Amino acid sequence: MPFRIDRRREMSRGLLYLSPVLAVAMTVLTGFALFAALGQDPLPALYHFGISPLTTLYGVSELLVKAAPLITIAVGLAVGFRANVWNIGAEGQLTFGAIAAGVVALNFWGEEGGWILPLMCLAGVLGGMAYAAVPAFLKTRFGVNEILTSLMLTYVAALLLSALVFGPLKDPAGFNFPQSRMFTDSALLPIILAGTRLHFGAVAALMIAVAVWVLMTFTIVGFQLRVLGQAPAAARYAGFHGKRLIWICLLMSGGLAGLAGTFEIAGPIGQLIPAITPGYGFTAIIVAFLGRLHPLGIVLAGLVMALSYIGGENAQVEVGLPQAATGVFQGLLLFFLLASDFLVRYRVRLARRVTE
Amino acid sequence: MVSIGIERPGPRLQARGLTKRFPGVVAADKVDLSVAPGEIHALLGENGAGKSTLVRMIYGVLPPDGGQIHWEGRPARIESPRAARRLGIGMVFQHFSLFEAMTVLENVALGIDNPGAMADLARRVSEVSASYGLPLDPRRGVHTLSVGERQRIEIVRSLLQNPKLLIMDEPTSVLTPQEVERLFKTLRQLAREGCSILYISHKLDEIKALCDRATILRGGRVVAECDPSEETKGSLARLMIGADLKTAKRRAETERGPVRLTVEGLDLPAESLHGTALRKVSFNVRAGEIFGIAGVAGNGQKELELALSGERRAKDAGAVRIQGQEAGHLGARARRRLGLGCVPEGRRGHGAVPDMSLVENMILSGYERMNLLSTGFIKKDAARRFAENVVVDFDVRAPGTAISAGSLSGGNLQKLIVGREILQTPGVLIVSQPTWGVDAGAAAAIHRALADLAAKGAAVVIISQDLDELLETTDRLAVIDRGVLSDPMVTAQASIEDIGLMMGGVHGPAPVHDEALGSRRYAV
Repeated sequence: MPFRIDRRREMSRGLLYLSPVLAVAMTVLTGFALFAALGQDPLPALYHFGISPLTTLYGVSELLVKAAPLITIAVGLAVGFRANVWNIGAEGQLTFGAIAAGVVALNFWGEEGGWILPLMCLAGVLGGMAYAAVPAFLKTRFGVNEILTSLMLTYVAALLLSALVFGPLKDPAGFNFPQSRMFTDSALLPIILAGTRLHFGAVAALMIAVAVWVLMTFTIVGFQLRVLGQAPAAARYAGFHGKRLIWICLLMSGGLAGLAGTFEIAGPIGQLIPAITPGYGFTAIIVAFLGRLHPLGIVLAGLVMALSYIGGENAQVEVGLPQAATGVFQGLLLFFLLASDFLVRYRVRLARRVTE
Repeated sequence: MVSIGIERPGPRLQARGLTKRFPGVVAADKVDLSVAPGEIHALLGENGAGKSTLVRMIYGVLPPDGGQIHWEGRPARIESPRAARRLGIGMVFQHFSLFEAMTVLENVALGIDNPGAMADLARRVSEVSASYGLPLDPRRGVHTLSVGERQRIEIVRSLLQNPKLLIMDEPTSVLTPQEVERLFKTLRQLAREGCSILYISHKLDEIKALCDRATILRGGRVVAECDPSEETKGSLARLMIGADLKTAKRRAETERGPVRLTVEGLDLPAESLHGTALRKVSFNVRAGEIFGIAGVAGNGQKELELALSGERRAKDAGAVRIQGQEAGHLGARARRRLGLGCVPEGRRGHGAVPDMSLVENMILSGYERMNLLSTGFIKKDAARRFAENVVVDFDVRAPGTAISAGSLSGGNLQKLIVGREILQTPGVLIVSQPTWGVDAGAAAAIHRALADLAAKGAAVVIISQDLDELLETTDRLAVIDRGVLSDPMVTAQASIEDIGLMMGGVHGPAPVHDEALGSRRYAV
């Protein structure tokens, strides 16, 4: 055996933070080969994918618009992932939260007042929480695996949204298009950079990341969640309330997903439509891991993943890459990340023989 | 090198100058070791003395940095455990390598190189386990087995391969005296048949009774080679730790205070198919008293530990009373508020979180009693001071409090956990397997700390499979067998034979199938 793999006594701190960088580098290299195989000149393709979106103010603002929901959701998911609570259904909670917020917006359509947006946010958070409460209840009461329930409920939420915008919430003056009325100004997020779509949600995402970092690092609740994830028996020994912690994880991640959904419809979209998310809820899972389940790492990871969305669109326009390139890049990134994470706990060495 | 004797053939295993360096430490420093055919050779030393490193090199787990191994007179390159097994070296590890989700039989099949047909293997497992007195049901899932039962799998697995050298790392810590005797017979028989045995133990009596020769390691070096039968327990201990063993000082019986822990008619259903249900467990412990619970692994010790700590709750609130308060219905945290401390059997992942720092591990059980919180926020400085106190007071050998608990050796981790619980000044302390896998020096320190705690007026319960430990440290003890606790007896008046028979009542050679057996049977 030319190589041997040894378990490290201690996790390698350096590699813990280096492995996302390694993963990004490997993704870029693979992308290079991929573009070449597609008959593209790899360098310009990569340039349009990864660099040119960052060369204009508008590009950067769009990057932030995409990163905001990813960060908001991923920060919430990471709390659960740390505690071994696997909410895979943020996409559904985002949708359900958006429906709740959208109903509020449409209910007060045409009215004015500073209270409408906060009310929408509240409705969005509660909607996401309520939707995440289903897997939480099933897990704590019957021991049902939350991965399955939360994932399956995603499709239910998407169909519910379709049913609503094709039916009761359809714009009466919308030529029968499956979409709601455009929200009025009081239901729209303020733009923070004139001439772009950059909205308050980006600021909120940053504040949420900091708040969750404080929660996880300095409070007993965060400590309990980490213990629950790393050593469930120790959590039981310490007397931590396991079921309550599962509820906290799912409600928090669901609520933040719902809030992200609210920001989407009250921000760049401005109405309810059948497809309000290009898979933010799923991509956020990658973001959470790419960011080492650390809120501040997630901010960086969210920006990288947002770039894959923007870059994908850009490369589609500029060099005619297929749209699937975005998905492929995201998949590659997660794959390489998981692979490089192996090095955090194990070391690979050339096998040595016993010296004679 | 001392020659083994004229009429005997050359050594089966000879290590010359074996050296292994880890970052910052030389774990084995030019170690010489020679084991003759048919010899039972003791390897004696504290944790960290280099015993494990040495045998891991012999078993092909670790590549040596220097030195040579000769097997039956020829230089050998042992690159893997598989290569070691091919030579005829078997090993029973102290930390088991078993797949929890699989059955005993599947684990045995995975651990040997030519398992053959499963039905045939099952028969061989049954044969070996029967002839060596290691009862084992090949079809049971490993996750349902206790520590002692898991160890049996490892022993049987090694014996199945008819080894020429069997390395045993603390094999007797979970056996009854009768089982130990039977194992010794087995080992002696194996030795007579020509198998060499490298026997690692901290139990000096065992080494004196069993072993032909002993190599004593300290700090990675061989400090002595001797014939243990010509040494005294004290002289062996001095060689091993370089100082006299300090034994726990028990105080006079008369100084006992009020009852601090009462367990009355505690029933607890089994948690899994092969778990043990607790049936009408009753005992009480007074202030200043150390109460022992003896028994063979898997007879309800784990369940009793969880039922006392609050990790499992009883239906009846009055089944457990802590300092007079009903606590049977309370969880672990609420019981801790009443003054309970607990050192669980499992250290890594139960009593401590391996990937967290020593400081964070202090917070685990101490955040309320040590006042480490302020409105939900952790007082990092207070937690660090607490950790530093534990490290200093309990002589935890660690380069700082920011390192992960998982990087500590077993003995140091146990001192950390015991220290964390004791410094919270509990009124009642439950300790399970306090010195399992802990070296003699650390074990003595832990025993001393428990005695001191009792002397200050706490009630201490020690659940242990190590009978010698209970006889040395406790005032009274009872035996748990199939979830039923015997009547307590005064330790000073109990004989090791009687207790051993009680412990072996069911798991011995002639099982007694009498469901009506109550605690009466065990009355002294």
